[in-house]
Amino acid sequence: MNELSVLGFGADGWGDELLSGLLVTIQLAVTTLPLGLLIGFAVAGASLSAHPWLRRFGRAYTTAARGIPELLTLFLVYNGIAMVLNALWRWLDPDAGFVELSPFIAGVIALSVVFGAFSGEVLRGAFQALDPGQIEAGQAMGMTRLDQFRFIKLPQIWRFALPGLGNLWVNLIKDTALVSIIALNDLLRMTNIAVGATKQPFTFFLVACAGYWLLSILSEMVLARLEARANRGVRRA
Amino acid sequence: MHPLKILTEYGPLLLEGAWLTLQLSGLALLVGALLAMPMSVARCSPRAWLSLPVRIYISFFRGTPMLAQLFLVYFGAGQFRHELQAVELWWLFRDPFYCALLTFVLNTTAYQTELLRGGILGVPRGEVEAAKAYGMSAWLRYRLIVLPHAYRIAFPALGNEVILLLKGSAIASVVTLFDLMGQTRAIFAKSFDFSIYLWAALLYLLITMVIVRIWRHLETRINPHLRRRVTQVPVATKAVATATE
Repeated sequence: MNELSVLGFGADGWGDELLSGLLVTIQLAVTTLPLGLLIGFAVAGASLSAHPWLRRFGRAYTTAARGIPELLTLFLVYNGIAMVLNALWRWLDPDAGFVELSPFIAGVIALSVVFGAFSGEVLRGAFQALDPGQIEAGQAMGMTRLDQFRFIKLPQIWRFALPGLGNLWVNLIKDTALVSIIALNDLLRMTNIAVGATKQPFTFFLVACAGYWLLSILSEMVLARLEARANRGVRRA
Repeated sequence: MHPLKILTEYGPLLLEGAWLTLQLSGLALLVGALLAMPMSVARCSPRAWLSLPVRIYISFFRGTPMLAQLFLVYFGAGQFRHELQAVELWWLFRDPFYCALLTFVLNTTAYQTELLRGGILGVPRGEVEAAKAYGMSAWLRYRLIVLPHAYRIAFPALGNEVILLLKGSAIASVVTLFDLMGQTRAIFAKSFDFSIYLWAALLYLLITMVIVRIWRHLETRINPHLRRRVTQVPVATKAVATATE
């Protein structure tokens, strides 16, 4: 077998396995995004809230979740939730065996916690960049709070937050690689398995890097388009 | 086990791990800073043969996970074992410490180069023109005018990179190194005590908070002309607060 045929598809090649890993990586990132954004909105809301306790909570959450390594967060979630689940399970049924949290779910939760903290800060900045006069104008016109949010705040938050959120999305794609450590069959772990069988580590890890690189470059291209669209009609200084 | 008891029992090991974490990330940041200086100048060059390779380098190392990069260096080197042995470099790639260090250096150089590029672009044109009018050579211009100002502009963003690399260095534990994360995982494997993760998280938080403090202090030190101006304070705190890029 020559150097490159191991990358082919079918029974001898590892191309299809790597591709399935790439799909898991994409699934993980795409599942995390809405959850992480939801946490981000909640955290931004808490940080800007009128209640001092909510503000304190928002600040504590962002400080902690951004200051702890992503890998440690992953282990905290993976082992922590498994322990709580098992304790609950034992309590309900003393004879139950050991249940393990699926690495995919643990990955989604851990990455959402991290994404939520970072996007919370981005969204907070976007909320603060809103022109208060516009919201007052909305109130003067008798708009409901929901209408104010939908027609005045949201379209502009989208524009202000998009560059920051775009960076976070690329970071998220890269952070998914960490979940391979708790045995999720993502791109990096499938590469590890292929390396074990073929003994061509450099070739395969280079291909894995190329896969992530491709996702990053594609994301950047899409984000540039979204940004151009979000800023249509904005006068340039 | 009681959370405090586990701390008295395993605390010294955790501190040992934290020391390795600081060594790894500190060394990598220092070497990266040395490399980033000439590379950011090359990145800003109008000559494509100078700037294009740097652009591709930055894009690759910022567009791929550091864990994949670490595997590429640590495991990937095995594919060239005979060649590396022939040039007497195998000792370097056999040692996980050097592999992690090399990966972190390559990674942080890419980030620091891009941040410094932003700083260089932020230097007012008038300063460069004035330096040219004085008859300064390009070397002198960069040494005395452009780079000092570029570093001041990029300083808050470089602080973010320090924290990002420190957190990122936790992956060293995957290649058998006993940094703070590695020690934590080893202790958990022995004791099955969950509180050790919480202690490790607290230690990481403590380190990042100290770095944020030091960085803020340094920022006022290197910007003497900005001291005691209230308007500058929110800028610095905001830059640290949005530690995302």
